[in-house]
Amino acid sequence: MPQTNIGAGTRTGWDRRPRRHPGFWGNLARDLKRDRHSYALLAPYFLLFCLFTVLPVAASIVISFTYFNMLEFPRWIGWDNYARLLLDDDVFLIGLKNTFIFASITGPVSYIACFVFAWLINELRPKLRALMTLVFYAPSISGNIYFIWQLIFSGDSYGIVNGFLMRTGFIDEPILWFQNAKYTLAIIIIVQLWLSLGTSFLAFIAGLQTIDKTLFEAGAVDGIRNRWQELWYITLPSMRPQLMFGAVIQITSSFAVAEVAMNLAGFPSVHYSAHTVVTHLIDYGTIRFEMGYASAIATVLFMIMLGTNLLTQKLLRKVGD
Amino acid sequence: MIWSWLLGGAKKVNRSWYGDLALLFVLCLFGSFMAVPLVFAVNNAFKPLDELFLFPPKLFVRNPTLDNFSDLFQLMANSWVPFSRYIFNTVFITLAGTVGHIVLASAAAYPLAKHKFRGARVIFTLIVLSLMFSGHVTAIPNYMTMSWLGWIDTYWAVILPSFAYPLGLYLMKQFMEQIPDALLEAAKIDGASEYRIFWTIVMPLVKPAWLTLLILLLQTLWGSDGGSFIYSEELKTMHYALGQIVQGGIARAGAGAAVAVLMMSVPIVTFVVSQSKVIQTMAFSGMKD
Repeated sequence: MPQTNIGAGTRTGWDRRPRRHPGFWGNLARDLKRDRHSYALLAPYFLLFCLFTVLPVAASIVISFTYFNMLEFPRWIGWDNYARLLLDDDVFLIGLKNTFIFASITGPVSYIACFVFAWLINELRPKLRALMTLVFYAPSISGNIYFIWQLIFSGDSYGIVNGFLMRTGFIDEPILWFQNAKYTLAIIIIVQLWLSLGTSFLAFIAGLQTIDKTLFEAGAVDGIRNRWQELWYITLPSMRPQLMFGAVIQITSSFAVAEVAMNLAGFPSVHYSAHTVVTHLIDYGTIRFEMGYASAIATVLFMIMLGTNLLTQKLLRKVGD
Repeated sequence: MIWSWLLGGAKKVNRSWYGDLALLFVLCLFGSFMAVPLVFAVNNAFKPLDELFLFPPKLFVRNPTLDNFSDLFQLMANSWVPFSRYIFNTVFITLAGTVGHIVLASAAAYPLAKHKFRGARVIFTLIVLSLMFSGHVTAIPNYMTMSWLGWIDTYWAVILPSFAYPLGLYLMKQFMEQIPDALLEAAKIDGASEYRIFWTIVMPLVKPAWLTLLILLLQTLWGSDGGSFIYSEELKTMHYALGQIVQGGIARAGAGAAVAVLMMSVPIVTFVVSQSKVIQTMAFSGMKD
């Protein structure tokens, strides 16, 4: 009995050979047809995701090799933007330095804080636990209320901090917190930390609540003597998936400092003391309209964020192996 | 002892009383650091003008008044764009963005969580990778896209990108994975189409995750100032109006504090109501190897 062609339809023209196997394209067509509902459900989201995330990353990389001002057609200039960025642009280097200072402090500190507070809160009884979760999480969802810090660190004697320091006799006259390059970076780090107990904090609380309780009882039998040993030998290993997720969220946000810095310290800030890679990007992208140059900044930022994240994932995967 | 009651009794093993006491002390200390700015903001909104400018400054209000709120609405009623318009813009952007995101992200999460098909792994890897950089990276090409599409200065420039946030899809997909396959198989045998299964079986089961996505979008959309996309005054958001009022300095301090409280109350109340569901969703947030 002659074999019929599966999924290949009728063949015309040069290819009249009978086919015994559907081949790669035949398989693909069959699979696509079988899973068409999956693709249809995925399509609307994925198209928008491509339009607003995948294509822009690719476009950014391409545009970074051009001179482009939104009016004329982009002109290819090779590595010039990157050479200018890394060799000639002193302000960018200040921003890069500040970004790394921010990220290397707020990243690890906020990550550890998310875990430690989640761990402590988990010891409380349920009603109290819900209340403390709200207290710690509220700053990160209360919109952009961080301007309240402007009143707290206000430069006149009505500011809470100045008022307190003057009453207790530490200082005689108010300090202009945001006009002094010495203080701006530190204050922004404090505010950024205040805002940073967000999604990862909730993920850790949830992770802690789902750890199998019998593990702790078994641990007690096996000679675990205090909560520190319990933390190290049972809690942390059980939470690795949440810890990896939390790391991604905290790292990404620790490099993305801009809005807080611009709103509190001004834009540009005194002696560029609160200038970051992102504020530099905003400067060239939305004020000077040097899109090629701004795209080079965006590409550098992309590399830094992705690189740090992938490296951290690799390290975390090794923990407990 | 009082602290052992706070900690839920003596049921837990391996706990020392001084450890418990230290724990409560640390929580109170940092808890007040977190709470003070918000408490200060709320109190400021109810302070009469003479209390707002008192030396030394006081955290708590002594003679609470609603003057700041009535001032705010008077101030903004006389302005070019009434304040109610800013409220409408923020509410509209937030609602449209949230509903669209929940529907589209759930529709995409369902096949990624429950079906095996070509490209599924690649697509999910792309989503996870996109969690690893912030929106600033894509801001410039997005601005160009919007201007080519003619969406600059429309609500859509803010709403549409929010439909495709990666974090919402990620959490939704992780949460959907725990839906038992037997349930979906049974529906399939009864002759339900994939779309019907998604809409009538999966969607109701993932209600906790809707609330989580709502909280995540409130974080971004409720506080959005329209970014570089919106120029027209009548399309601007409440957060933008807040910024303008705060810029007004001393004369507007009371009204500024009132807007701040209006702005922060919505996400906080939403979280209070949905906390247990959100935590339930987050339990599945982990990244598997």
